[in-house]
Amino acid sequence: MPIRKPSPTSRATQPAPAPAIHLHAAGLRYGGRVVFDALDLALAAGRTTCLLGPSGVGKTSLLRLIAGLATETQGDVVDEAGRPVAGRIAYLAQGDLLLPWLSVLGNVTLGTRLRGEALDGPLEARARDLLARVGLAGHAEDRPAQLSGGERQRVALARTLMEDRPVVLMDEPFSALDAITRFELQALAAELLAGRTVLLVTHDPLEALRLGHRVQVMSGAPARLDTALEPAGAPPRDPADPALLAQQAELLKRLLRAKEAA
Amino acid sequence: MNLFRPLAIFLGLIGVWQFVVWATGAPHYILPGPARVARALIARWPELIGHAGVTALEIVLGLALGALLGCVSALVIATFRPARLWLLPVLVVSQAIPVFALAPVLVLWLGYGFASKVAMATLIIYFPVTAAFFDGLRRTEPGWLDLARTMGGSRAAILRHIQIPAALPALSSGVRVATAVAPIGAVVGEWVGSSAGLGYMMLQANARMQIDVMFAALFLLAIFAVGLYAAVDAGLRRALPWQAEASLDN
Repeated sequence: MPIRKPSPTSRATQPAPAPAIHLHAAGLRYGGRVVFDALDLALAAGRTTCLLGPSGVGKTSLLRLIAGLATETQGDVVDEAGRPVAGRIAYLAQGDLLLPWLSVLGNVTLGTRLRGEALDGPLEARARDLLARVGLAGHAEDRPAQLSGGERQRVALARTLMEDRPVVLMDEPFSALDAITRFELQALAAELLAGRTVLLVTHDPLEALRLGHRVQVMSGAPARLDTALEPAGAPPRDPADPALLAQQAELLKRLLRAKEAA
Repeated sequence: MNLFRPLAIFLGLIGVWQFVVWATGAPHYILPGPARVARALIARWPELIGHAGVTALEIVLGLALGALLGCVSALVIATFRPARLWLLPVLVVSQAIPVFALAPVLVLWLGYGFASKVAMATLIIYFPVTAAFFDGLRRTEPGWLDLARTMGGSRAAILRHIQIPAALPALSSGVRVATAVAPIGAVVGEWVGSSAGLGYMMLQANARMQIDVMFAALFLLAIFAVGLYAAVDAGLRRALPWQAEASLDN
């Protein structure tokens, strides 16, 4: 599927300046178990931070805490000026979470409807433009059931971009896709999310190294974060780059240790 | 729609019926054969169709009223926690009392006419609709709710744009079940005390040993019940094209 490259003038959807995000002494319990406690995390402004770790270590919980969706939490989530970040976050979950009764366009504009805002001409034009950018120009009126898994995830990406929030949290957004589709979508996401503060939870070390400015491994119970790995160059990186492959080996070693520690 | 299968089933049942009559040699006042019932159907047609109209109206009104009340109740108990705590037990108790046992009381209160039968049908339809819709409202995909919250949707907006549409397939299953049982309410009501309707006519025919007329009335009731189910099923499929698999035959 051809992906329309945005022309320099079509970047009318420049997001609000992306804030850095600081977690101070964050704690979260789930069913009486302490998932993490006194955890600090900094997400650099306008950068992509990737979070890896064994299943069940609390990556999704951490993401939900930042999104303001978790209960039984401690600590605060603020930007560099100490202001709360609620209302500045868009969330892209593991599944595409498309509503089957709405058309593709209806799904992309879901936030507008939920906030009771009028879906006027310019807004709809922006939604159609975003659909074109994710390569789904002719599919605005389709139902999600008519789309392939990769196309559905593209719609979810367009919906996330439609929200136009400076902070984007993504929870294994590409894990259910085949290798080629995943590879294409990683590049597309890196291009379209550039300039926003992104936290990407993944279990794929290569994906983390392709997309992340910083890559961190979460391990143990209560969970801790290790020192960040910072691959050189701008994402999306070439997966055939020997430096990247060396770092992948290092990352796999860390993940193995993390799993043994669990 | 392919009409071959329903037609084959219909003719097959008639065949079985005729076979039983022939094999047991049952007298016509115990089990009349299909031909005899067909003759009764034709001979008493104007009378039968009049009574069938009354019963049909009772069923359809009961279905509409029961479904409406069921939807409202489900929305209330799903939205307000105190309502859930207080109304859910009442709902279960109301269902524990067989509607058959309530029929004499309803006839006593609402009279021999139309109202008591509609009330019976409403009662019998109310519970499956309420239970199914409430269940659907409670089981909204948690990810959709998370997404809606991060988008800044109010509770009312989330209910309207996410929870209600998501619960419609469950509601439609409830309505299907309700449609299948709806005739029971109306007919039981007619048996207990009435002056019109297919149930009334069956009682009258039974008392006069006109078993063929009784069967003719039963036949009309069955035709109407199946037709109503098919119509409701088709309507729901059209209304919810994204969830055709909620239907029974898939």
